[in-house]
Amino acid sequence: MIVEVSSVSKRFGLRLAVDDLSLEVPSGVCFGLLGPNGAGKTTTLRMIYGVTRPSSGTIRVFGIDIARDPRTVRSRLGVTLQQNVLIEALSPEENLRVFGRYHLLREPELSRRIGELIAFLELSSHATVPVKHLSGGFQRRLAIALSMMNRPELLILDEPTTGLDPAVRLALWSRIRELQAGGTTVLLTTHYMDEAQRLCDHVAIISGGKVIDEGKPSDLIVNHLARETVEFDCAPEEESAMLNGVSFPSHRLRVGRRLMIYLDDATLLINHIRHYDQGDRRALVVRPTNLEDVFLALTGTSLEGGQ
Amino acid sequence: MNISPSHAFSVWRRNAVLYRRTWMWNILPNFFEPVFYLLSIGIGVGAYITQMGGMSYMEFLAPGLVCVAAMNGASFEVTYNFFVRLSYQKAYDAMLTTPIEPDDVLAGEVLWAITRACIYGGCFFAVIALVGLAPLPSALWVFPVIPLAGLLFAAIGIAFSLRISNIDLFSFYFTLFLTPLFLFSDVFFPLHERLSEGWLWVAEVLPLLHPVRLARAAFRGEASLILLWDLAYILAVTMLLLVWARRGIRKRLMN
Repeated sequence: MIVEVSSVSKRFGLRLAVDDLSLEVPSGVCFGLLGPNGAGKTTTLRMIYGVTRPSSGTIRVFGIDIARDPRTVRSRLGVTLQQNVLIEALSPEENLRVFGRYHLLREPELSRRIGELIAFLELSSHATVPVKHLSGGFQRRLAIALSMMNRPELLILDEPTTGLDPAVRLALWSRIRELQAGGTTVLLTTHYMDEAQRLCDHVAIISGGKVIDEGKPSDLIVNHLARETVEFDCAPEEESAMLNGVSFPSHRLRVGRRLMIYLDDATLLINHIRHYDQGDRRALVVRPTNLEDVFLALTGTSLEGGQ
Repeated sequence: MNISPSHAFSVWRRNAVLYRRTWMWNILPNFFEPVFYLLSIGIGVGAYITQMGGMSYMEFLAPGLVCVAAMNGASFEVTYNFFVRLSYQKAYDAMLTTPIEPDDVLAGEVLWAITRACIYGGCFFAVIALVGLAPLPSALWVFPVIPLAGLLFAAIGIAFSLRISNIDLFSFYFTLFLTPLFLFSDVFFPLHERLSEGWLWVAEVLPLLHPVRLARAAFRGEASLILLWDLAYILAVTMLLLVWARRGIRKRLMN
């Protein structure tokens, strides 16, 4: 195991941020911690790289107890923080150089590594421009490059694509997949279910500082809900009349006016609703069930910003 | 203690890289400041004072002002600049994702503040040496005093910076702490001549007094036993504050 978190809790004053949480990240996987803001994801990551001490429980990374030898552990991993920490007055190249020195890299290895990362994350077009003049996507790529200076065996990414536009997100995902293919273990947090679903081999759904379920994204969906989702607007008082007479097995979830019905074959339900609406065609969305639905089913709240 | 010198040096290096980019603009004021002091207080005020402490007023002022320059050089670095790196730029949070530990951050920052004290104090000394106010070679003994003054004020400033949550509080640090020190630490007048016997111990509490007395002794080329007390004061206060700062920086960075 690359990371073993055993029954870890973290208390900040009266608040229990992480509650008896256990995780195992095997070598070479992309492991996702999925949960809403405030679920305890960042605190868990901070404990894994040793800058927050657990109130109880133990954490081993590369088989080493992080509380005993944080320097050795951190020399073998990389962390991209949620907020980019860049030196704005310096260029990407100079930022990489400063950061490489934190890892005690020296010439010529330092320059060689900077060159590799500038190529890998496609930073060469603005490699010598001060960071403050660069776009958000560019800065994010640089932040990820910084965390890779020491060729980490474990790359920790805290919300790697939050706030980025879709094209940049896609490009970053493909970089992360390439890294993983090269043998790097990736541990990331996200509150985007599509990111978790497309990128992660294994997902742990976190809420209130606890792992409420974990597994392969596709398994999680199959275990909790049916394959297809029909989604539409419908007032709560209308719901029972409308679905009266629906006999096939289904599972319903509601967020405000939005009703989601999960079932193996949506056709029967669509016909039923069309018949009920009598020509007044309501906007129905039929889509594959995703992790967001699983999260909703497990916690009763949605991933992005609660209900 | 958990300091890795090479990691502490990489923290120092980060600051040095940024400083070097603007060194021309940073270093010029260091030359102007002593020139203005010497012109205004030395030549202006000094014209009405024939002698002070057994020498011309300009000669009296020179060693104290070297220490003030060192104090200012270190103090700016460990107050505003340190606080910005800590709270706004989150530079230390990034460092702590690497093998750097909080003790390395502290050591690197103190070392950098001493460096700034040396640049400031060194420039000041160069100016007064050029106008003939530094009796050579004995005045060269001030060179070990400059980093000592830097160390002392780095420790004081960093301990303060780690305990405050609002950058505006630094104006208190400067106007209610550093300015009175500047005015009452034997720099502008011989303090022991103006204080009655019973109050002399109060002067000994002031941190700037000790480097100033060391610098004055260096300029005069006279050693005395009281200098050992000055040295002991500087080292003891520095140690105490750095022990306190160690706890503070862990608390700030590793919550």
